[in-house]
Amino acid sequence: MSTTTEMDVMPKLTAKDFASNQEVKWCPGCGDYSILKQVQTVFPDFGVPKEDIVFISGIGCAARFTYYMDTYGMHSIHGRAAAIASGVKTLNPHLSVWVVSGDGDAFSIGGNHFIHLMRKNFDLNYLVFNNQIYGLTKGQYSPTSEKGKVAKSTPYGSVEEPFNPAELALGAKSTFVSRSLDRDPKHMQMVLKRANEHKGTSFVEIYQNCPVFNDGTYFAFSEKETKKEQAIFVEQGKPLVFGTTEEKGIKFDGLQPIIVNLNETSVSLNDLWIHDERDKTKASILTRFADNEFKGESFPRPFGVFYQEERSTCEEAIENQIKELTARKGKPSLDKILSGDKTWTIL
Amino acid sequence: MEIIENNVVNHTPIIEAESIVIRFSGDSGDGMQLTGNQFTDTAAFVGNDLSTFPDFPAEIRAPIGTTSGVSGFQVHFGSKEIFTPGDEFDVLVAMNSAALKVDLPRLKKGGIIITNIAGFDKKNLSLAGYPDGINPLEDGSLNDYIVHKIDVTKLTKECLAGTGLGMKEIERSKNMFVLGLLFWMFDEPMEYTITFINEKFAKKQDIADANIKTLKAGWNFGDHTEIFASRFKVSPAKLPKGTYRNITGNHATALGLIAASEISGLPLFLGSYPITPASDVLHELSKYKTSNVKTFQAEDEIAAICSAIGASYAGGFGVTTTSGPGMSLKTEAIGLATILEIPLLIVNIQRGGPSTGLPTKTEQSDLLQAMYGRHGEGPIPVIAASSPADCFNTIIEGSRIAIEHMTPVIVLTDGYIANGSEPWRFPTADQLPKINVKFVTEANGPDGTFLAYKRDEKLVRPWVKPGTKGLMHRIGGLEKHADTGNVSYDAKNHGIMTEIREAKIQRIADYIPLAKVECGNDKGNLLVLGWGSTDGAIKTVVHELFKEGYDVAHLHLRYLNPFPKNLGEILKNYTQVLVPEMNCGQLLKLVRAKYLVDAIPYNKVQGQPFTTSELKNKILELLK
Repeated sequence: MSTTTEMDVMPKLTAKDFASNQEVKWCPGCGDYSILKQVQTVFPDFGVPKEDIVFISGIGCAARFTYYMDTYGMHSIHGRAAAIASGVKTLNPHLSVWVVSGDGDAFSIGGNHFIHLMRKNFDLNYLVFNNQIYGLTKGQYSPTSEKGKVAKSTPYGSVEEPFNPAELALGAKSTFVSRSLDRDPKHMQMVLKRANEHKGTSFVEIYQNCPVFNDGTYFAFSEKETKKEQAIFVEQGKPLVFGTTEEKGIKFDGLQPIIVNLNETSVSLNDLWIHDERDKTKASILTRFADNEFKGESFPRPFGVFYQEERSTCEEAIENQIKELTARKGKPSLDKILSGDKTWTIL
Repeated sequence: MEIIENNVVNHTPIIEAESIVIRFSGDSGDGMQLTGNQFTDTAAFVGNDLSTFPDFPAEIRAPIGTTSGVSGFQVHFGSKEIFTPGDEFDVLVAMNSAALKVDLPRLKKGGIIITNIAGFDKKNLSLAGYPDGINPLEDGSLNDYIVHKIDVTKLTKECLAGTGLGMKEIERSKNMFVLGLLFWMFDEPMEYTITFINEKFAKKQDIADANIKTLKAGWNFGDHTEIFASRFKVSPAKLPKGTYRNITGNHATALGLIAASEISGLPLFLGSYPITPASDVLHELSKYKTSNVKTFQAEDEIAAICSAIGASYAGGFGVTTTSGPGMSLKTEAIGLATILEIPLLIVNIQRGGPSTGLPTKTEQSDLLQAMYGRHGEGPIPVIAASSPADCFNTIIEGSRIAIEHMTPVIVLTDGYIANGSEPWRFPTADQLPKINVKFVTEANGPDGTFLAYKRDEKLVRPWVKPGTKGLMHRIGGLEKHADTGNVSYDAKNHGIMTEIREAKIQRIADYIPLAKVECGNDKGNLLVLGWGSTDGAIKTVVHELFKEGYDVAHLHLRYLNPFPKNLGEILKNYTQVLVPEMNCGQLLKLVRAKYLVDAIPYNKVQGQPFTTSELKNKILELLK
C-alpha cells in the first residue's frame, strides 16, 4: 500500500475521459448524441472518480448509452434497469449510479419497477430519453405517444391515453422531478447537475428527437419561432413568465392556473405564480401543463426542476437500521446462528 | 406401531414403541401446525429421530368446518432412524368431523383416534358432508379403531372459567389441551412447551397462564380419567454422537445462505418476492441483518432476481428465492446472469404446477425448467437438496459453484422438505469449507487493458467490483467478443461463445464429488436412482429390502447439471434402473438422453410425497 501523496491527487477529468473506446452507433441526427455529449461534459464537474460511477440500462436505443461511457456499466434486459440499480445501490451505497432508459423501457415494460423505484428513493439518477416512439423495434407507438398517433402498429391512430412521465413520477412519490430537452444543451447540463446534487432518486425526463420514426415531435419547444410561446422554463423563486416578448404570465385563480397579459396595467409580476420546487401542490399542477387544459386554455410545456423534496434514501435507511440493530443486539457468531436456541446432545 | 415390551408404571401401563406416527388434524384455525411443532420439538429434545410433514390448504381460513379447510401436521418419531413422515398414522387427532373424514383413510387399523366431540355436532357433521343423521362417532363405523371421544371445547372452557379471558381466547387454547393429553400419552415432558408459551406471550401474561393451565389440564385429564388403557414410550434414538437441533428445509436454506456469506466473505443480498412455499426463507433471513445480510422484498419476482443480479455485479453474493410461478417470471433474468457470467443463486422451492397449481403441495416438476427453461443455449448448474437438513449443505455447495465458477446456479428443494423438519447435527463454523473469491484488481490484457471475458483454467472470467480503479468496462446481455467482452455480432464468435458457455458448466464436473451408491451392491439387478426429496422414502425401502436379501441399490443425485462424471458407468452396472419422481419423468428423460439407458419411470404427481409402501410394491414388482 502506498501512502497518499500530492502525486496521487487526480487531475481534473475532461469530457473526453468519459468517452469509451466503442463506436457510437445511433442514427445520424439522433437526439441521443446531444444527451451523451452533455453528460460527458458535466461529469468532470461532479468530481466523482470514474471507477465509482455505474451506468445501468435496459433495452432500447437509449440503453446503448452504457457502452459509450468509460465508467462501469451494465446493459441489461428490457425494463429492468431500475431493479438492477436497486441491488447495486443497496449493496454498495458509495457508488454513483445512473440509470438510462427510454419511454418504452421505463413506462411500459418497466413501469412497475419505475413507480417502485420512485417511492423507495435510492440515491441514484434516472434519465428517461422520451421520444414518444419505439425506435429500436422500428416505429411502434409508445406509452407516451399522443392519442391518435399513427405508427407501425397503429395505422389508424393510437386510441390510448399516454402517460405524462413527470405526473407519473410525482404520483409515485418521486423526490426529484425534472424535464429538459436534447436541443437545449445548457438547460440539460443545468438539470443534470441538479439531479446529481439531489440526494434521492432524481427523475430526469429528456425530450429527445427520433429523426427516423418521430422527427420533430418536440421542435415546437426548441425552435426559435415557437419556443417562447409554447415552452416555459421554470426557475426556483422566479415568476412563471413566457411569450415572444415575455409578455405572458401565469397566476392562480383559486386553484386554477390562468394565463395573464403582463402588458395590462392591472397585472403585476408580484401577482404571478412564483415557482417553488418544494411545493407539491404547485408541482402537481405544473407537471399537468403538458397535456391538460385549464379553464379551456392550453398552457406552455414546462421545463426545469418541478419538484424536489428531502427524504431519507432507501440505502441510508437500510444502513441505519443495520447500525441500530448492531448497536442494540450485536452480531451473533455463526456458531450461535447454526445452533439456535434449542439443541440436544447425544453422547 | 412396533411394540417392543410392556412396562407397568402407576395405574396406566406404558408400552415401549419403536416408532409412532401422529397426525394432528383440524380446521385451519385450530392451531394444528403449532401443536404439531410443539410436539415435534419436545420429541426431538428428548432424543427421538423424527421427520415431519405439515400439510395445509392454500387458503388461510378456508370455510370453517369443511374438508377443504382441514390443516394437518404429521410427525413420525422413533428410537430408530426415521427418514419419512410415515405412510399411515398410529394416532389421529381429529378436532372436527371434516378432519376425521379427510384423514381416517390413512389411519392404521386398530389405531387411536382422539376427537373433540364439539366438532361433531349437527352443524359440523353437515359441513363435513356427512349425510343427515349420520355421526361416525356413533354409528359403529369406527369399531376397528380405539376412539376417545372428548369434549375438548367444554373442558377447556371449564378449565379457564373465571380467568377473565374472552370466549375467543378460551376457544383458541383448546389445542393446548390436546397437546397436554398427548404429552401424557407419550410420556413426554411439558417443560419445553411451557418455556415456549412463556416466551411467545411474554407481554401477555394472562394468555400465557391460560395456555399453560390448559396444557396441564390436558395432561391431568389423561392421568386422572381412566379411559386410556395404555401410554406409550419412545426411547431416544441411537443417532450419531453430537449436538442436534430440529430444522425445517426452509430454515436450513436460510442458515446455509448466511454460512455461505461468512465462508466466502461476501455480503449476502437476498432479493425475493413473497410466494408459497418460499417466503419463510425471506422471513428467516430478514432476522439476520447484523450478519452482513441485506434482504430486499422486491416489487415483483423479476425485480427480486434483477436486484440480486445488481448486488452480485456490485461485488456481493446475490440470491433470489422463489417457487414455480416465480421461476417462470425470472427466466429472462436468469438468461442475463448466464451471459453476464456472474455469481447468482436461484433457489426454487418447488410446488405443484403448472400455473398457480397446488401452492401448498409438493412436486418435483421443475427440473426440466431448471435445465432448459431459457431461450437460447443457456446452460447453468442445477443441484437439489434431499432432506430438510440437507438444504443447508446443498445451499453451501450451490453458493460455492456460483461464486467460484462465476455462474447462476439453480438449487431445487420442494414444499415437502421445505416445511418438513428433522433433527440436524449442525456443523460448527470451523468445520465448513471455505469458498474462494478472487476479485480482480489488475489489468489482464496487453498494454494495461482489461479483458472482461479472458478465462482461467476453469473457463471462468474475472470478477471486478465497480469501484476498482482502472478496470472500468461494460457488460451486458448482447453477445460479446470472446476476449474483450465488447459487443460482437460476429457469427463465428457467437458459435465460440456458445461452446465456451457450455464447456464452462460441464467443466464443473471436475470440481464436484463422484456419485456413490449409498446402499446395496456396486453391481446387480436393480438400481433406484433418485434426486431431491424422494430420498427418505427410497432410503427407507432400499435399506429394508437390501437387508432382507434383495438385489437392490440406491443412488441419490445432488448434482443434476453437470452430472457426476462417473454416473454413466454406475448406471451400466445394473440390469434395471428405476427412477421414482414426483413428476412425469424428468430425470428419466435426462439420463435416457445422456446415457442411452432404458431407465424405468415411476411417477406420482398428486401433491404428496411417495409412501414407502407404494415404492416398495413397485420395487418388488421389478425384482420378481
